[in-house]
Parts: sequence; structure tokens; C-alpha cells
Amino acid sequence: MVRTNPIRRRSGVSYIRKTWMLYAMLALPLAFFVIFRYIPMTNIVIAFKEYNMFRTVWSAPWVGWKWFSKALGTADFFNALRNTVTLNLLDLAVGFPAPIMLAILLNELAYRRFKKLTQTVVYLPHFLSWIIISGLALQLFAPNTGLVNMALAKIGRAPIHFLDSSRGWVPTYIGLGLWQSVGWNTIIYLAAITGISTELYEAAEVDGASRLRKIWHVTLPGLRPTIVTLLIMSLGRILGSEFDRPYAMRNSLVTDVADVISTYVYRVGIRSNQFSLASAVGLFQSVVCVFFLVIANSIARRSGERGIW
Amino acid sequence: MTGSNITDTDRKSDSPEPFASRVVKSRHTKRVDFIIACVCLLLIIVCLTPMLNIFARSLSSSQALINRRVFLWPVDFTWESYQFVFKDASFSRSMIWTAFLTVVCTIVSMIMTVLCAYPLTYGNLKGRQVINTAIILTMYFSAGTIPNYILMRDLKLLNNPLVLILPGCLSVFNMIVLRSFFYSIPESLRESAELDGANPLVILVRIFLPLSTSVLATLALFYAVGRWNGFSDALLYMTTPKYAPIQLKLYQIINNLSAIETAQNEGIAAAPMASEGLKAASVMFATLPILLVYPWLQKYFIAGVTIGAVKG
Repeated sequence: MVRTNPIRRRSGVSYIRKTWMLYAMLALPLAFFVIFRYIPMTNIVIAFKEYNMFRTVWSAPWVGWKWFSKALGTADFFNALRNTVTLNLLDLAVGFPAPIMLAILLNELAYRRFKKLTQTVVYLPHFLSWIIISGLALQLFAPNTGLVNMALAKIGRAPIHFLDSSRGWVPTYIGLGLWQSVGWNTIIYLAAITGISTELYEAAEVDGASRLRKIWHVTLPGLRPTIVTLLIMSLGRILGSEFDRPYAMRNSLVTDVADVISTYVYRVGIRSNQFSLASAVGLFQSVVCVFFLVIANSIARRSGERGIW
Repeated sequence: MTGSNITDTDRKSDSPEPFASRVVKSRHTKRVDFIIACVCLLLIIVCLTPMLNIFARSLSSSQALINRRVFLWPVDFTWESYQFVFKDASFSRSMIWTAFLTVVCTIVSMIMTVLCAYPLTYGNLKGRQVINTAIILTMYFSAGTIPNYILMRDLKLLNNPLVLILPGCLSVFNMIVLRSFFYSIPESLRESAELDGANPLVILVRIFLPLSTSVLATLALFYAVGRWNGFSDALLYMTTPKYAPIQLKLYQIINNLSAIETAQNEGIAAAPMASEGLKAASVMFATLPILLVYPWLQKYFIAGVTIGAVKG
């Protein structure tokens, strides 16, 4: 090929000639972000307006904090708020340490082939939708014909109402969350473990460190930055809520423990057409989430960790 | 630790046992290894039991199910439930529709992701920092359910099949994964192509895309799985039963709801109950495509996740 233009100075004309194509490529993605991510943010104003189906977002009259005080005055909202926090805290308490332990366990597993197999199997549930998982759970935990209750009956125990009683539902919800995500969440820790220098282990070996001591003094400190980063992100989500998971697993018998903010917003907003009220609750949730994220991050940074920004 | 580290360095030596090591293991170490393996085996069982159970139930007769005889293996083997699922025209139509939707979504998403990631790898592109920040911000701040719903209504997208394609057609996370991979392609390749007079599009098509086929495959699979598993967008925006994707359909079946009831309320109504076996078969159908792509998926996803984690 002939070199047509060996050295290009960055003059204005040549800059445009060189880059107009790049901007053209970006046009569609940028349009996407503007239309589907930024424009809806302007609709948040309806949280402060008297909005209904017959008005546009802009013509609706302002009502100030009306919807916020209305939400704060209903037991339903507090029920959803309490459930969101409870379920998220339980998820954090159970689901946060579990992948760390599993990653260490997998790392200690001596048989390489078997390790691969274990990983392949435990990652799989991550790819099942919550609808499928709730389908699996409804069958597995059915009070009468489910595998678990049949097994319990074999050993002479009374059936447990895993999904259709409030007492059984919460542990089942948390347990299924663990089942779905624990394997997947080890990936990031396993990657971090690979990054730990083998010299550290060798040195510990020379010093006569036992297996447990090596985990405690080498592996865990090596995982610390990862743990802190993920902990910050989890704390930031303490008031956040997924939708599919609680929605798929709830039923009319357990609304007192299963109704979380996301399902509350859906119920009140889309089903009962109280758009403004539901937006106010949604906005409240987002603001608290950001607040928590900032606090968690600043605590982490103050204690000498890296933080997420 | 001892075992795995030393085997890692010894991988190339032809030891008969994969975990053979230079260090002679004490009996204690071996016992601990064995216990760890048992724990892992238990985990495998816990992971697979629900799936085996539903598989067994989908292939058992309804009599065997009611008589509580089905554990992990089909009893009174029968294809009955699967035949019932096939007879339900709305279910098979939903499967086909979702498969079609998944293909279209994946293509659209891949185009969008490449178009977004590639220009952002040009360090001297003016406005790149601003665009970058604006994109990353959408990972942390979103408008919320209701404002999004109002947008879809204003855009006349409610009950329009496009609503299942467009709003989710670009994932920032996937875009970051691809961009990180593009960064790892040596700058000198691009520079020499530029000297040869190639424009950015030619460089993308001739150099960048062919070099990143594995990442592109991973992302395509992520998008495809995401669309196949997608539920809430359909629940919110799609009340036309004709366009109900498989997850919505499955939700109705396992909760004994008819299509109209899901749209109107969420209580458990007294619709004619689908038999347990039929529910099991429906779940199997919805899971099958995921199980089919899983071998390919797991070949690549680890790299994808760790790249995203480092840069995100």
C-alpha cells in the first residue's frame, strides 16, 4: 500500500476528517442513553405533582411534598420499607461471607478436575431466571408432594410451609438467593486469589504455617481490597430492591413479609394508577441508596481502603 | 494451598495424578483434602437436586405425583406433561416468539455495544471524558419504574413489541467489558492501519472485531440469556398476550393465572389449575435453552466478569 499521509498534524480539518466517523458511530448509543436513560429522569418531577393519566407530566400542578407525607402515613409503605431492609440485611449477613468462604474452599480443593466440575455446577443457577427458580422452588417445597417435605415425612417430621407461611418464606427466600448467587460471586474472589503472590505462601510455608494460618495470614489479607469494594457496593444497595426475585416468589399468603419497595411501587403505581405516589416512593428509595453508597464509600476511604471512586 | 500451588507450576509434567506434588503430603493434609472434597460434593448435590427433581416430575405420571412417589427419578415414565405443553398453542407460540426476540435483541445489542465501545477507545476523541461519565452514571442512577413507564407510554411503546427490544438494548456493563478488551489490542496495529489510510470503520471491521471474537461471543450469550430470562419489562409494558415472552407465560402457568388476571391483579385466582406435571414440564422447556448454551457460556464468562470487575 502507498502511504498517502504519513504524518498528520492535528489541525482542525484533519481532526474532523479523522474522527467524524467515530462520532457517527456514537450517535446511536448516545441517542439510546438520552432517550431511555436521561429523559425518563425528567419524569421524576411527577413525585412533586398531581399527576394522572389525563395530564401530561408538565401540565400537572405542583403539590410539593404531598406524596411523600402521604406515603409516610401509610402502613403499607412502612411494611414494604421494613421488609426491604430486613431481607437485604439477611441477604448481606448470609450472602456476603458465603462466596468468600466458598472461594477459599475451592482454592483449597486439591483435585483439579473436581474443582472444575464444582465450579461449572455452582455457577449454573446464576443463569436461571427468578421465574424458573420460583417454579423449581414451588415444586421442591410443595407442602404435600414436594421433595423436601416428602423427605421430612420419611424421617417422621411434620411438613414445613416453606413458601406459603410468613415464617417459612423469609428463610426460603434468603436460601434461594444464596443458592442462585453464591457460586457466581466466588468468581471475583477466585480471580483475586490468583493475584496473590505465591512467594507469600512459600514464605509462610518456610515459617511452618499451617493451612489455616496461611488462609488467615495470606489469603484473607490478599482478598481484603476486593471484600471492601464489594461490601461498599452491598451496603449501597441496602435499601435497593430487585423486582423479579420477590415478585416471582411472593403469593397472597405472605405479603406481610414479602412486599418490598419495588413490588410496592409496581402495585401502587402500575396496578392502582397512583403514579405520583409510587414515583415519590421510588425517588425516596434512590436518594437513600445514593446516600448509603456515599457514606459506605467515605467510611472505607477514611479507614485507608480504596473505595469505589 | 500446598497442593494446588505446586500442581499449578507442575502442570506440564506428566504426573499420573493431577494433584501429585513434590511434597509428600502428611496423612492429616490428605484427610483435610478429602473433607473439602466432600463439602464440594455436597454443594454439587444441593445445586443439582432441584433440577433433577423437576426433571423427574415432568416425566412422571400425575398419579405418581399425587401419591408422593416421585423423588429424583421419573416414576411411571410418561411424556404426558410434555404433550400437554405442546398442545397449549399459546405456550409453543411464546417459545418461538421469545426465541425470535432473543435473536433480534442480541443482534441489535451487539451492534449498539460495539458502536458505543469502539469510539471510546480513541484517546484523543474530544468530549470522550464527558460521554464516558454520562454513560457510567446511568449505572448508578436510574429514573425508576414509574418514570420509565411514563416514558414508554409517551413514546407509544406500550404493548409494542419494540418495547422488549429497545429499552434494554445496551448494557453499560457489557460495553465496559468490550471496551476493556479493545484497550488490550496493541495501539501499534491501529496506528499502522491508519498510516495505510484505513478509516476507523475499516480498522474496526478488519482488525478489532476479528481479534475479539471470544469476547463478542461471551457478550452475545450474556445478552441472549438476559433476553430469554427477561420478565419485568414484559410484565410492565406488555399486556398483549400474543407478545408475552416465555418468562411471563411461565409465571402465569406456575401461579395458576390466566393472562388477563396477571394484567389486572396479582392475587391467586381460581383459574383451572395446571397439573403439577405440566408446570414441571413448562419449567423444563423454559430452562432447556439456557442449559443448551451453558457449555459455551461457561467457557468464556469468567474472563468477562473479571474484566468488568476490574474496570467497572
